Amino acid sequence: MGISRRAALKTVLVAGAAAAGARPAKAAVLAQAPADAVGLLYDTTLCIGCKTCMVACNEANALPADTTLSPARLYHAPADLNARAKTVIKLYADADGMTRSYLKAQCMHCIDPACATACMLGSLQKREFGIVTYDPDLCVGCRYCEVACPFNVPKFEWSSAAPKIVKCELCNHRLAEGKEPACSEVCPRHAVIFGKRSDLLKEAKRRIDESPGRYIPKVYGETDGGGTQVLYLSHVPFEHLGLPALGETPGPERARSLQHGIYRGFAAPLALYGVLGLVMWRNRSAAAEDRNDDAR
Amino acid sequence: MLASQSLAEFDPTVSRRNFIRLCTMVAAAVGLGPLAAERFVEAATSGRKPSVIWLQFQECTGCTESLLRAAHPAVDDLILDLISLDYHETLLAAAGHQAEAALKQAMRDNAGKYVCIVEGAIPTKENGIYCMIGGRTAVDIVTDVASQAGAVIAIGSCASWGGVPSADPNPTGATGAHEILKGKTVVNIPGCPANPYNLLGVVLQYATYGTLPALDAQNRPKFAYGETIHEHCPRRAHFDAGRFAEKYGDEGHRLGYCLYKLGCKGPVTYANCSVQHFGEVDGAWPIGVGHPCFGCTEQKVAFRVPLHTTVDIQRPMPPDTYAPVHASQGQVSPLATGVAGAILGGLAGAGYVASKKLSAAEPPVKPEV
Amino acid sequence: MTTRAEPMGGSLDTTATRALAGLLGLGAVLIVWRLIVGLGPTTALNDGYPLGLWIAFDVVTGTAVACGGYAVAILVYILNKGRYHPLVRPALLTSALGYSLAGFSVVIDIGRWWNVWKVPVYFWHWNFNSALLEVALCIMAYVFVLWIELSPAFFERWQDSSFVALRRMSRAALPMLKKASLFIIALGLLLPTMHQSSLGTLMLLAGPRLHPLWNTPWLPLLFLISCVSMGYAGVVFESTLSSRLFGRRSDTAMLAALAAAIVPLQIAFVVLRLGDLAWQGRLGLLFAGDGRSVLAALEYVLFLAPVVMLSSAERRRDPGQLFRAALAMIFAGALFRFDTYLVAFTPGPQWAYFPSVPELLITVGLVAGEILAYILIVKMFPVLAKEQVA
Repeated sequence: MGISRRAALKTVLVAGAAAAGARPAKAAVLAQAPADAVGLLYDTTLCIGCKTCMVACNEANALPADTTLSPARLYHAPADLNARAKTVIKLYADADGMTRSYLKAQCMHCIDPACATACMLGSLQKREFGIVTYDPDLCVGCRYCEVACPFNVPKFEWSSAAPKIVKCELCNHRLAEGKEPACSEVCPRHAVIFGKRSDLLKEAKRRIDESPGRYIPKVYGETDGGGTQVLYLSHVPFEHLGLPALGETPGPERARSLQHGIYRGFAAPLALYGVLGLVMWRNRSAAAEDRNDDAR
Repeated sequence: MLASQSLAEFDPTVSRRNFIRLCTMVAAAVGLGPLAAERFVEAATSGRKPSVIWLQFQECTGCTESLLRAAHPAVDDLILDLISLDYHETLLAAAGHQAEAALKQAMRDNAGKYVCIVEGAIPTKENGIYCMIGGRTAVDIVTDVASQAGAVIAIGSCASWGGVPSADPNPTGATGAHEILKGKTVVNIPGCPANPYNLLGVVLQYATYGTLPALDAQNRPKFAYGETIHEHCPRRAHFDAGRFAEKYGDEGHRLGYCLYKLGCKGPVTYANCSVQHFGEVDGAWPIGVGHPCFGCTEQKVAFRVPLHTTVDIQRPMPPDTYAPVHASQGQVSPLATGVAGAILGGLAGAGYVASKKLSAAEPPVKPEV
Repeated sequence: MTTRAEPMGGSLDTTATRALAGLLGLGAVLIVWRLIVGLGPTTALNDGYPLGLWIAFDVVTGTAVACGGYAVAILVYILNKGRYHPLVRPALLTSALGYSLAGFSVVIDIGRWWNVWKVPVYFWHWNFNSALLEVALCIMAYVFVLWIELSPAFFERWQDSSFVALRRMSRAALPMLKKASLFIIALGLLLPTMHQSSLGTLMLLAGPRLHPLWNTPWLPLLFLISCVSMGYAGVVFESTLSSRLFGRRSDTAMLAALAAAIVPLQIAFVVLRLGDLAWQGRLGLLFAGDGRSVLAALEYVLFLAPVVMLSSAERRRDPGQLFRAALAMIFAGALFRFDTYLVAFTPGPQWAYFPSVPELLITVGLVAGEILAYILIVKMFPVLAKEQVA
């Protein structure tokens, strides 16, 4: 049985090499934002925490209120993004309360979204204007997008028998009517503004240049995680606000390149199938020969 | 009217009931409780009224007017009877040398005990010539009178920090009393006008107990200036729900929505106007009549920040709650942990026991399942 | 050396089958409740931990233990060790049932289960970037292949059936299956290689939210290696138990040889993992003293335990020791998978998850159902060899 053993070992090695040898490709071409990409710019130094954006968002998206944190259960006060809150104003305060900042949390509309890589049938996908939108007809509710998102954005309607994924879609239904997203429209201080990503990036840099001591000199989202269409200017370090320190490589790049490396063109699986078939056929032929020999 | 005369002697038509009501109201305004009211009454009727010398400089007399409007007209006499107002340029019947004499007499009779109230800013440029009374500059007058006062109170924003005369470019060098009276504790009761009950509370506390109320870093009584308008505003619910008036007279304005977008300075203004209204009329205060607060008590705001410019609110105020950056969610059920532990432990134990049995003997001949 | 599979026969209504049916019934009721009210009230799943017990155990661990069919097929058809042939059918049955349980668990775990048919059908929407799509399609295909590979057991019984249609179908099917067996078996070897490794790739998409002790591009290979050894362990486990409980002699020597195959796999696994950690400069994390490092260290201990337990021939001859080693291997692989999917996932300290009681009971009910089906099928159809003779 020497032949088949060697062939068998080769099979195992091929499979192993295919699985292991496809190391993630070096960070290839950085994902580019689409030319007409729109987004938001949020400036923590302007926000007064009035939460009008949260109220307007719920109205525009027909979401009920979540009174979890409100003492007399009177106000819309969710603890985090969830199935009833597509945007949330959070408060960061350091230990002695001297340094404070608000943060508006919502979907970052990444240029290379991890959720879109995760989604089996492309329910979550970058569509018009680079907005990551959701199609419930293509969703099976597997929640793999929640595992993938580095910002912990997509949320699930756990209490529903027909649950959907809920997240900010930049009010694309309003954009279609020529209006802007509800949050940026109502903000009394223009702390969050809407526009083309390229314009917002310019504006953000202009603000940093104009007021040197006012901001951390970085626009969060310019390259973080491959770049996002929602940008942040802050006067406190971004990690304090819960915005993770991501490198320039898009989040899904490593897992995706590993998967593609192994399955490129489906070549490895086909080759493996061929080898397996070949080995088994040879084993059978050899066994039949043995039986013939015995019979004689 | 002399300090020695008592109330009942002077005006028999005033009812004791009204008087006690007034004392109770004032005590309540300063948070001193009903017992204090009784002591006020006692002090007032036994002739131990505190002597008050009221100085006026660069002012519009609004604070005095406000004080006079503090109660039902029949009772402003009473106000003047809770304290013994020995010198007040607007209310004094006398004038000229007689007025000067009254001032000197009051200072002599009550040295070390009288309350000196300063209304109006004090000009300092060119040796203070921009306000002179009886040939003396305001600086001189206030220094002289305050030197022998038991307590000094600056009523109104002008006396507290300069007020409207100190607005840019401040040609007269108008400043607050405390800048002139360095080294002396000057209780500031800012406001334009100041709320008269804030003054009454301080004066009566001093008169009855000889103490001044707790003061903040700017020497303002905490009972009145401890919190911002925003924290006690009746329109706060509208702010929290994002309902704003965008223009005077629009739908939101008519419905009484929050005036933040019209430039309300309530979030950065420490005062009690929202709970203690003016002129004894319910709702008689700026926001109550539909105009945004302009921050009249605050030196950095009033007459400096334009009326309709919105302000920064970096310090969240109750009743607001905010989600922390990482809000704790998800819980581990102890029951579930117990059940899981029991199942796992059971399986592991059964597996081990089974393995021991396997080592021990050959399998039985008949099936067991 | 003839080994003929035969139905074990015997009553289908015993204490054991009744107890298992009871547990299955309880699970069924809870499943209906879950379908009516949704996942929120019935499970402890939340937005921080969206994948829980049903994925980490039923699917990821369950399919690995059910890799017995895959592992034995490698041995018999690729490495050409024909003496293990009697183990093929029972291993296939365990695999078919295990994968079917996994598939069913997926359907009740996903929120919009009525859309699940679209996954294989809507090929124009397929997102080839998604490792989960590949896992889903592979598992769906593999369940199909497993039952086809097992179908001769049913057809052999039915070819003498009193129902004409069944008799005709069986008699027509058997020769066709025999001819196509090479292609089917090869498929049954390809598919698990693909999806078991991709189950490892899945969690890599969590990126920085996967703890560094598990966050390595070698995960696909580690999952593949451990699934093969779990497959062998599963076969030892199932074979020992069924021999004992069905009153048959078990071939300890054969199982010992099977178990011995686990040893190099365990060593390869541990060496690969420790080597990778050392290469990344992360060995120190193992001694950090927190919960995660303790569990990671425990994984290594459990993976090496069977190596120690099977180190001498004498130990390998002891059926009890074999059984314990198999259990240790299954626990090791299960812990590794639990850890990768739940413990290593770090959404943030504000999130917590532990399966709820209904979640646990549904899993228990489904596993009970699997065991029940095994017993019934083995009694009614020719799966087990009456006597396993060397």
